[in-house]
Amino acid sequence: MDTLILAAEGPVNPVIPHTSEIILGLVAFLLLLFVIKKFVAPRFEALYEERTAKIEGGIEKAEQAQAEAQRALEQYKEQLAEARAEAARIRDDARAEGLQIVEELREQAQAESARIVAQGQHQLDAQRAQIVAELRADLGRTAVELASKVVGESLEDDARRRGTVDRFLNELDAVAAPAGK
Amino acid sequence: MTKLLASGSEFVAPGVKDFFLPPIFGSVTKPMVLLVLSIVIIAVFFIVATRNLKVVPGKFQFAAESLYDFGRNNIAREQIGAKDFKPFIPLVLTIFTFILVNNLFGLIPIVQFPTMSHIGFPLAVSLLVVYPVYHFVGFKRHGFVGYLKHQTVPPGAPWFVLPLLIPIEFFQKFILNPLTLAIRVFAAMFAGHLLLLVFTLAGEFLLLNGGITVIVAPVSFAFAIALTFLEALIMCLQAYIFALLSASYIGMALAEEH
Repeated sequence: MDTLILAAEGPVNPVIPHTSEIILGLVAFLLLLFVIKKFVAPRFEALYEERTAKIEGGIEKAEQAQAEAQRALEQYKEQLAEARAEAARIRDDARAEGLQIVEELREQAQAESARIVAQGQHQLDAQRAQIVAELRADLGRTAVELASKVVGESLEDDARRRGTVDRFLNELDAVAAPAGK
Repeated sequence: MTKLLASGSEFVAPGVKDFFLPPIFGSVTKPMVLLVLSIVIIAVFFIVATRNLKVVPGKFQFAAESLYDFGRNNIAREQIGAKDFKPFIPLVLTIFTFILVNNLFGLIPIVQFPTMSHIGFPLAVSLLVVYPVYHFVGFKRHGFVGYLKHQTVPPGAPWFVLPLLIPIEFFQKFILNPLTLAIRVFAAMFAGHLLLLVFTLAGEFLLLNGGITVIVAPVSFAFAIALTFLEALIMCLQAYIFALLSASYIGMALAEEH
């Protein structure tokens, strides 16, 4: 009943390979292998390499950018610290300078005032001495005139006259001194 | 075809004959056409997908890239090692996609035939491609005697078991490996397709040949659908295993030590 189809070929053993199938299988397989080896695999491998390179390049670039940012940050910090130090230094300098100026001015003022006082004193002393000398001379003359008028005679003897006047003045000094002091 | 089988009132179970359909024209059969179709599909898919690759992939590129990545990183690099795997990426990727698409043909409507259920096709790949490749790279890496020793004498084996071990290892590495590689996927596809046929044809038979058995027909169809999902898993799994083992053989041939 089933021999209708296979009558021409007789019984078939499926484990026995057909030569034509082996040849065709081999040729087809080798053809496919050729296509894949020649066109497919190289393209994929090239793609993989490109992808690897891109990823690695990306990572490298990112690392570079990070390093650069780090460098910039450090530089910035350094500059900031420098600026701070400089500001502090300037402030200190200014303070010191200010103190110095005040000190100098004070010294100058003191010296000036001392000088003015000393000058005044000196002037006063000189005027006083002058006045005393003038007064003394005046007083001597006046006294002598007065005395000569009182006595009515001229005191001829210079030596005696001088001694008298001097004695009188000394007495006068002794009286005036406690009052002048 | 099903008409022929189910024409009588007696159910005729599907069998080997269903895998060997008459040629479409000349001596060209359905699996041959499918095989050629599969390589066209894969080649066009990858060439279109890789025509304009972007560093940031679109959806389509992402799909192709995932597939390539799977062959490259999950299979080739894992099995062969990061040092040597680069030249074998195309081979592993070709094996994986080739087997996968040909298996999935078993599920696609109208096509519905897993090409790999004809042993000739997986045998061509395992015996004529994978087998020579891994022995060739092995001989090249270790020298003729060195490679034979490398493959047949496991390190650390006591000397007195060597007379027993060497023939076994030799038999396995040089004769059995390529055969089992091909038979594994062939048997899985053959059995899977047969199972689907059984449930689908049984369902049809129950439905058409009346009587009380009509009630059971949906159960049969439900099983066929459930098995379809299972088959989808197995098809992907078999493609993965084929590629994985091929890569593993290459890796073992290249390894410095076992």
